[in-house]
Amino acid sequence: MDKSLDIKAFLDADEKKDLLRLLTAGSVDDGKSTLIGRLLFDSKKLYEDQLTALERDSKRVGNAGAGQIDYALLLDGLKAEREEGITIDVAYRYFSTNARKFIIADTPGHEQYTRNMITGGSTANLAIILVDARTGVITQTRRHTYLVSLLGIKHIVLAVNKMDLVDFDEQVFNRIKDEYLSLTARLGIDDVTCFPLSALDGDNVVERSTRTPWYQGKALLDFLETVPIHQDRNMKDFRYPVQYVLRPNLDFRGFSGKIASGIVREGDEIVALPSMKRSHVKNIVTYEGNLKEAFCPQCVTLTLEDEIDISRGEMLVHPDNLPHIGRCFETMLVWMDEEPMNRGKQFFLKHNTNTTRATIDKVCYRVDVNTMEQLEGTDFKLNEIGMVQITTAKTLFFDDYATNRATGSFILIDPITNNTCAVGMIRRPLAEEDREQDQLPVINLTSLGIRPEEEAVVEKVVKDLSRQGIEIKIVKQ
Amino acid sequence: MSEYNISHLQELEAESIHIIREVAAEFENPVMLYSIGKDSSVMVRLAEKAFAPGKVPFPLMHIDSKWKFREMIEFRDNYAKQFGWNLIVESNMEAFNAGVGPFTHGSKVHTDLMKTKALLDALGKYKFDAAFGGARRDEEKSRAKERIFSFRDRFQQWDPKNQRPELWDIYNSRIHKGESIRVFPLSNWTELDVWQYIRLENIPIVPLYFAKERPCVEIDGNLIMADDDRLPKELVPKIHNRMVRFRTLGCWPLTGAVESNATTIEEIVEEMMTTTKSERTTRVIDFDQEASMEQKKREGYF
Repeated sequence: MDKSLDIKAFLDADEKKDLLRLLTAGSVDDGKSTLIGRLLFDSKKLYEDQLTALERDSKRVGNAGAGQIDYALLLDGLKAEREEGITIDVAYRYFSTNARKFIIADTPGHEQYTRNMITGGSTANLAIILVDARTGVITQTRRHTYLVSLLGIKHIVLAVNKMDLVDFDEQVFNRIKDEYLSLTARLGIDDVTCFPLSALDGDNVVERSTRTPWYQGKALLDFLETVPIHQDRNMKDFRYPVQYVLRPNLDFRGFSGKIASGIVREGDEIVALPSMKRSHVKNIVTYEGNLKEAFCPQCVTLTLEDEIDISRGEMLVHPDNLPHIGRCFETMLVWMDEEPMNRGKQFFLKHNTNTTRATIDKVCYRVDVNTMEQLEGTDFKLNEIGMVQITTAKTLFFDDYATNRATGSFILIDPITNNTCAVGMIRRPLAEEDREQDQLPVINLTSLGIRPEEEAVVEKVVKDLSRQGIEIKIVKQ
Repeated sequence: MSEYNISHLQELEAESIHIIREVAAEFENPVMLYSIGKDSSVMVRLAEKAFAPGKVPFPLMHIDSKWKFREMIEFRDNYAKQFGWNLIVESNMEAFNAGVGPFTHGSKVHTDLMKTKALLDALGKYKFDAAFGGARRDEEKSRAKERIFSFRDRFQQWDPKNQRPELWDIYNSRIHKGESIRVFPLSNWTELDVWQYIRLENIPIVPLYFAKERPCVEIDGNLIMADDDRLPKELVPKIHNRMVRFRTLGCWPLTGAVESNATTIEEIVEEMMTTTKSERTTRVIDFDQEASMEQKKREGYF
């Protein structure tokens, strides 16, 4: 950075940059960590002392050749992993260029770590899938690509790495590219871009390489800086899961939340789910003052024209654009727990700001993540994926994951260990008639002789329990 | 659709506010740990934003190691008073009364007793079930892998090999009695993002971040400011006034100053962009042993 740098101008420009979250997938041998290290290094984000530590570590445990910097060591943070020489969990890395800020979720490639790739990829806009030019598309590539399609990541980069080891042969690159494109076409992914790279030497990473004169595309970093991502957000369907009820005084009653999708404007007519009560947005309140409109993923507080009783877990939407409202749905499920699925169990399910009890009624099929074939529907073990049917105790407001990531996703929590044991991507609602109704315990205020002035206390307790996932129905008769 | 673009800072701000509200909604007794540093100052502002026009529904807690810079303590007390925060201050008085300090006991013993133990005792005393911390993933390698909702067992320990999967923006806040969650709303912020935000939002920070002539003495290659009269006598003659500032703030004998002329945020950022050292190099405790931060985190230190 030169001395004439106008720091104010730099900061003003920096402030306006947008954020690209990306996932990298590939095995240790594909040079994934080397590629990320190269992106960080070449975008000049590496500080000298981190480099010094790196040189020291490379001498001690590095897997690169003598005297070479092992970029992978930059990323493998934890002591245990360094000893094993592999990345075992998701590591997040940050870098920025003049055009954009980046968050990289670096995840391992081994089969037993599907869990980590799913974790790292859930918020990604883009995925970089690495293959070794010498081996091309392998089973693991198919698995990673399937997971990326399952997560609904819109943009895929195929990084054909180690091109230096195949003499930068155009035919090798084209063969891999064609095979890969036929795979992604089958999965319905249409935005795929392929790059011939040598991460070790830096070819086509930051600058176009002179060693691939036949390659006419952009360098990888140039592409990452310019790929448009804003249209990936769902701006059509307004969904506002109420997260927190704000009542600082008797005159103010606001509903705080993060807009899951869509846009809301002052004066909009809204309907509260599940009560179906209607009102209009009075103000869109923020710390900075009121807004005329707000959109996903902003956090705001809405006040309404009418006094309607709304609590956490309910949802505000536009009356002409409703989500699915129900307790039964079909969903893809990824099992994340060491302990295998036990369908006899009642799980907790967290969806947006709702936590409720849930049961897995039926396993429709499992998917072989390597071949994408459907297998017989038996209980899932760690890292297994498939289609299941779920019933919840509480009514949920959801969309299918393909149209709305925010309202189509959920986690399952083991009721005993409290571990997040599975995650789901909803496919479609199911009719409730053909399900057995879940009987909620009932408190009958009248028959218990609870006086009207005591009802509020009981209702509060029931609401608190409901927040913890325990549903009780109150009746007065 | 172009008017519905959102900048990286707006996106990070929304992510953090969502996290903070989620904790307030789902936990019975959360607390925000306040270190008085720049990251804490940003986190506190985000909490104020999350509940505006209401008050933040949880207290701030500062673990005072009794060796903090005097300007930090002054800033803390003024800030809490000005913004109406409920501030809790806790220290390991037993160790303090026994004379524990970095000069006499070394940085490891001092940190274990005055920071880690003091923190664990305080969390136990108030039975907090969630504690916010201002740590960022770009600070240090073991933090790069930590979840935003980081589960701690009833001994407050972190198990890096057994972290709960964390997807989308759905956070699992279910715990058994005695267990807790450490929450890091600034996980995805970088050092530059923090400075940029402080600049844009006019967030007050401790003056120690800005360059000024300060009495310093060199100890093991670190420039240590003589903040009070507890500096060992033999070092007193070596004190010189130097134009310095601090990139991070902690216990004064364990926090190295950097020579600098930066007196504005713009100058600090300019210095940061052209500097060759990352911010934690001025923290003496990180260098105790390889993977030392990971070790500390396993034991319950943030």
